[in-house]
Amino acid sequence: MTRRLTIGPFNRVEGDLEVTLDIADGRVASAQVSSSLYRGFEHILLAKHPLDALVIVPRICGICSVSQSAAAATALAAAAGVDMPPNGRLASNLILACENLADHLTHFYLFFMPDFARAAYRGCSWHATTERRFQATVGEALREVLPARADLLRLMGYLAGKWPHSLALQPGGTTRAVTATEKVRLLVVLREFRAFLSSTVFGDALENVAAIGSADELAAWAEGRPGDLPRFLEIAGDLDLARCGRASDTFLSYGAYAHGGRDGQPLFARGVWHGQRRPFEEPLIREDVTHAWLHGDRPLHPRQGETRPLTGEFADKASAYTWCKAPRYDGRIVETGALARQMVAGQPLVRALVAAEGGSVLARVVARLLELALVVPAMEGWVRALTPGEAFCHAWQLPDQASGVGLVEAARGSLGHWLRIEGGKIAGYQIIAPTTWNFSPRDAAGVPGALEQALVGLPVGEDERVPLAVQHVVRSFDPCMVCTVH
Amino acid sequence: MKLIWLQAAGCGGCTQSLLGAESRAGVLAQFADGGIELVLHPGMSESTGDETLDLLRAAADGRLSFDILCVEGALLRGPNGSGRFQMLSGSGRPLIAWVRELAARAAYVLAIGTCSAYGGIVSGGENVTDACGLQFDGDQEGGLLGTDFRSGAGLPVINVAGCPTHPGWIVDTLLSLALGALNAADLDAWQRPRFYTEQLVHHGCPRNEFYEFKASAQKLSDLGCLMENMGCKGTQANADCNLRPWHGVGSCVRGGFACISCTEPGFEEPGHPFMETPKIAGIPTGLPIDMPKAWFVALAALSKSATPKRVRENSRSDHPLIAPGIRKSGPK
Repeated sequence: MTRRLTIGPFNRVEGDLEVTLDIADGRVASAQVSSSLYRGFEHILLAKHPLDALVIVPRICGICSVSQSAAAATALAAAAGVDMPPNGRLASNLILACENLADHLTHFYLFFMPDFARAAYRGCSWHATTERRFQATVGEALREVLPARADLLRLMGYLAGKWPHSLALQPGGTTRAVTATEKVRLLVVLREFRAFLSSTVFGDALENVAAIGSADELAAWAEGRPGDLPRFLEIAGDLDLARCGRASDTFLSYGAYAHGGRDGQPLFARGVWHGQRRPFEEPLIREDVTHAWLHGDRPLHPRQGETRPLTGEFADKASAYTWCKAPRYDGRIVETGALARQMVAGQPLVRALVAAEGGSVLARVVARLLELALVVPAMEGWVRALTPGEAFCHAWQLPDQASGVGLVEAARGSLGHWLRIEGGKIAGYQIIAPTTWNFSPRDAAGVPGALEQALVGLPVGEDERVPLAVQHVVRSFDPCMVCTVH
Repeated sequence: MKLIWLQAAGCGGCTQSLLGAESRAGVLAQFADGGIELVLHPGMSESTGDETLDLLRAAADGRLSFDILCVEGALLRGPNGSGRFQMLSGSGRPLIAWVRELAARAAYVLAIGTCSAYGGIVSGGENVTDACGLQFDGDQEGGLLGTDFRSGAGLPVINVAGCPTHPGWIVDTLLSLALGALNAADLDAWQRPRFYTEQLVHHGCPRNEFYEFKASAQKLSDLGCLMENMGCKGTQANADCNLRPWHGVGSCVRGGFACISCTEPGFEEPGHPFMETPKIAGIPTGLPIDMPKAWFVALAALSKSATPKRVRENSRSDHPLIAPGIRKSGPK
């Protein structure tokens, strides 16, 4: 017997999400993922002064605000042919990393973990502790995490003025030069955040967490350790979350923190993983609107892309069920996010987890928390490398006719902006956000998107109106729906 | 007091801003201790899907009493008045229908951020989605709920405007309501709480000495005043951003870029590039509030001619080139 279940409003994700499941024999037989809000940012940007994009695009999303700014600044820099001075690069990376890490914390503590505190898990050995620590809005962990997060955001106060929605990231660098004593204070902010991560999230030094190389080592490390990652690992083991929520196992990363790694390389490499790492080729991207409430009759590269919403002909396009386009890379469904970023970068533990069981709820959450351990030491290095007295921002001249692409890694994965300037104004602006990839609808060939694939086969109890396994898988992607359809 | 929070067509940034509130045990503990119970928030509550719909239905038809409705994000009336651009997921109904019903049951209705107050950035450009605020459409009264709307306690919509709004503005407003200490007389002409709008962004601006001498930044990252060239509206914008810094230390001008007056209706379409100051005959068209033009022009000319070398040089650099002198005999 098949029954249909619609889940919405899907809370504890950023933005508007509806998931419709066809359930047969107690399992998800097929899934449709719908983004139910359309605001039209790509249209709002048209005919504006190109630099106005820096005011407008961060406001696409209050949780990926700086990522949107970074993508726009990169696209504008490409159009202007300007490069940043070293201080500008360092400060830009610090600002972006600060947002990404704050988002990882927000996801784990506010969005993801509260599901394990639900009454439905009352019979489990770990439930009482989990409820006390992670229950939505009242769990004791929030009393530690929110102040730690607010303290981390002081870094934004120094380098970006405020968060979200800063204008500090510019094509030529950043607007705020720091003094020698501010450099000291930035290190204090990071040292306090490091201490919080060690004591509360991991129960160990960041370097020890980063050195874990296999699933067995991870299990041994977690055994009896006080810390919120070990607590999650106990739950994940009990619920078998390593074998839950596999998608296409093709992973995309644009490469994170430009010049932030060794020898001028990004801290995390750019590429596509499908059994092995391959170079990323930007011309292979297409967006398909067969199942979106948008006009258009063939897949387009974002450079030629358009976004024209239906306004009254909804019934005429019965195939449509979302405002989200279906991006494809070389015709493939790809997954993006911390897991993809670390797969492409070659992080040993993440590679081992995926080699064993594929992409999963466990692997996605572990990859995200691992990034906290990997990026904070890099940030400390970037702060030390800042040189007060030297430039943070180069001057630039925007041509009247130009185009540019900005590809960055947001917390949730690969974010791209495609900009075209004509007559000194924005003539075209297309955005593909991380969750556009992950929560894509079907394409013209009927191939479902990454989440739509990951949901198939999940168990659904007869009385379950909001199946727990479905919630774990959906939230494991850390979706940002306001970015998805912008 | 019981609080229901809805996210309309916004970016969620006001919630993110709120979560960054500086408080020893975090803003959620601060709410709980202040008598604010978060009955429903889409980003934080445990419930999802049908559990949430049940709760919203009960609140909308009066079975579940609540006190405060916070709405974040613009209200989308399009296309063609249908509200179809934002359906409340799972409900098959436009979000604006839910907002109308819930607003009619609330003792207080708060617009959290400039989008829900006036339309904001989402209503920019051609406004294809027909976005507006709860009780304003840009600077025109009306909006989704209409000019005559009054919440259960007899107040119009309280506009906690800002893009995003400062965490302190939300916390102070909610805790004041819980204490019974915020009334219609405490709102300004745009229905914003006066406690943060009876200040100018200019107040407490760390660039004040540069302003005094019209020692202006020539490019982004310069230390000088941002008003003359870089589009700064701090002398016109009603907000206490520089008296109540962001994250303890920041603000837009402290971050090196212009105040774009994000607490005001219509900020999203200034009629000029955001980061350029519009001028006529070399004089900015947007003069400091309460200042007659002739006086501004006269004072600007005088102060420019009297600018100390230190102030002039430093205004065009991203770090101080010349330190203030030290008077060895001590200040007089």
